Amino acid sequence: MDDGDRLNLDSGGVTQMATLGLRTISTVKLRWLFAFFLALAFLFPIVWSLLNSFKTSAGASAVPTSYWPEEWSLENYGAIWSYGRGLAVYTWNSLVLAVLTVFGTVVLSMLGGYGFARFEFPGRNVLFFLCLLPMLVPYQTILTPLFVIATRLEIHNSLLGLSLVYILFQLPFSLFLMRNTFESVPKELEEAAVMDGCGHIGILRHITFSIVKPGLITVALFAFINSWNEFFAALLFLNSEDSFTLPIVLATIRAGQLGQVDWGALQAGVIVSIVPCMLLFLILQRHYIEGLTGGAVKE
Amino acid sequence: MNEKTSAGRSVAPWRASRKLIGFLFVLPSVVFVLVMLVTPLCLTIWMSLHKWPLFGEIEFAGWRNYSKVLADVQFWKSLWFTTEYTLTVTPLILGTAFCLALLVKGGYRNVGLFRTAYFLPVVIGFAASSLLWVWMLNDQLGIVNRILLDLGIIDAPVVWLGRKSTALLSINLSIVWKVVGLSMIILLSGMQAISREIIEAASIDGAGSLRRITHITVPMIRRSIALVLVITVVGSYLAFDHFYIMTRGGPQNETITAVYWIFTNSFTYFKMGYGAALSMILLVMLLVLSVAQIRLLEKNQHG
Repeated sequence: MDDGDRLNLDSGGVTQMATLGLRTISTVKLRWLFAFFLALAFLFPIVWSLLNSFKTSAGASAVPTSYWPEEWSLENYGAIWSYGRGLAVYTWNSLVLAVLTVFGTVVLSMLGGYGFARFEFPGRNVLFFLCLLPMLVPYQTILTPLFVIATRLEIHNSLLGLSLVYILFQLPFSLFLMRNTFESVPKELEEAAVMDGCGHIGILRHITFSIVKPGLITVALFAFINSWNEFFAALLFLNSEDSFTLPIVLATIRAGQLGQVDWGALQAGVIVSIVPCMLLFLILQRHYIEGLTGGAVKE
Repeated sequence: MNEKTSAGRSVAPWRASRKLIGFLFVLPSVVFVLVMLVTPLCLTIWMSLHKWPLFGEIEFAGWRNYSKVLADVQFWKSLWFTTEYTLTVTPLILGTAFCLALLVKGGYRNVGLFRTAYFLPVVIGFAASSLLWVWMLNDQLGIVNRILLDLGIIDAPVVWLGRKSTALLSINLSIVWKVVGLSMIILLSGMQAISREIIEAASIDGAGSLRRITHITVPMIRRSIALVLVITVVGSYLAFDHFYIMTRGGPQNETITAVYWIFTNSFTYFKMGYGAALSMILLVMLLVLSVAQIRLLEKNQHG
């Protein structure tokens, strides 16, 4: 606790060091305690849900609720496993949707980012602005016509159709990030490769790929998490139980649409739906935070 | 761009083909946006001028959908409720995020772990988070009432989502929990860009920590604050998921947001032309709002 604190005082005068030193050590301890309890508060809802998912079905619906499971059980996970078409179907749908979204976003933003970063051509700025437009137009406002188009093309109940919507709204962020990433790659490297007879696709594949990999991971991570969690468009586009994703099926449990399931099972479902994103985030945290802050806000 | 062809032979065709190649690289994204965004956007305008049921005859309606909006009491009520929600949740998020960012700026052990803990709810979906909170807030089974009862703060269980005022309050808190980490990170990255010398110079000159925050930190991270404001205000005006799941617009349609009302018109009543007209109004409002906010903060920076 004290170590980090002393660092701040390195360039202060000797007298300030003495007076500040005494004061800040105690405030640092207080801050640490405050931060610690706040962290517990932030984690509480997740931990609470996790604890409840392991109660028995009756235990989870007991009044008043108990702080700790009196009896540990997997009953709730059993109930959610066989709910509706089965949890495996819904998880698979969520996964397919996310993979399609990641794939489309990565391909489009990699090609586009390279093009915008490395080539001069007429109308480049106008086209780049056009590609950022989905950022200014919230997708909630164009879902009605998208739904009409999708119905006419008979792709309104397909995961592929929905993934196209998701790719569209991932594109501005991803394209922006990939353009910045490609701009940070030293141009000399590519020029040398051209001299050696490497084509553009070859450059992209062999040389640049290894350097822009962190950017690509960020793009893929955001596409995955946003697609996995999206609710509104999925609610409109998916209307057969076979194509429901996890958020949609959990909402139907809450509404009691597909038969009665209790709160304990719902919490088990919530846990199943949040664990993959939390794990991905914890493993790739650095990429996620860099994606959020990289280039977007520089004072 | 400055291509250096060392040999200097046949530069011109190489340039021309480079233009074409560059264009080809960005073509997929451009076509995709044109097909997926510009087409539906034009169709929204077109639909808003028609009576457009899901099945049956589509009729030209001129400005009738728009004039109907004027008399649509529920729309104005929803718009006002969305405004109330935005006006209450935005300062809450901004204030909390600012304090959190100050708290996790560093200088003590485990600060990275704390940042992660505050940020973690951001990667949970709105649907999952709403379902989590709707249960915690349940009057009989919920932990919130249990804790408040045990602490003696309330005497009887409160039906949090049963009244508009308490519903707004509890949804606000759940949203702060869910999204504040994002704003925290944006503000934090702004704070970390402030050079240490400035802060130290000020503290040696005798500026207390509060003065350092108001006179140095806030002005210097103005752009990060602007970004947080735009994200939060636009996001709040588009709120749907948590109201759909947590209150279902109730009690007595009092917590129906603007997007919720568009959704109800387009996909419950299947009055898609009318829904499109409402969408256009919301779209224009949001564009004006974002531009105004950015302008406002830019002006402050120069003045």
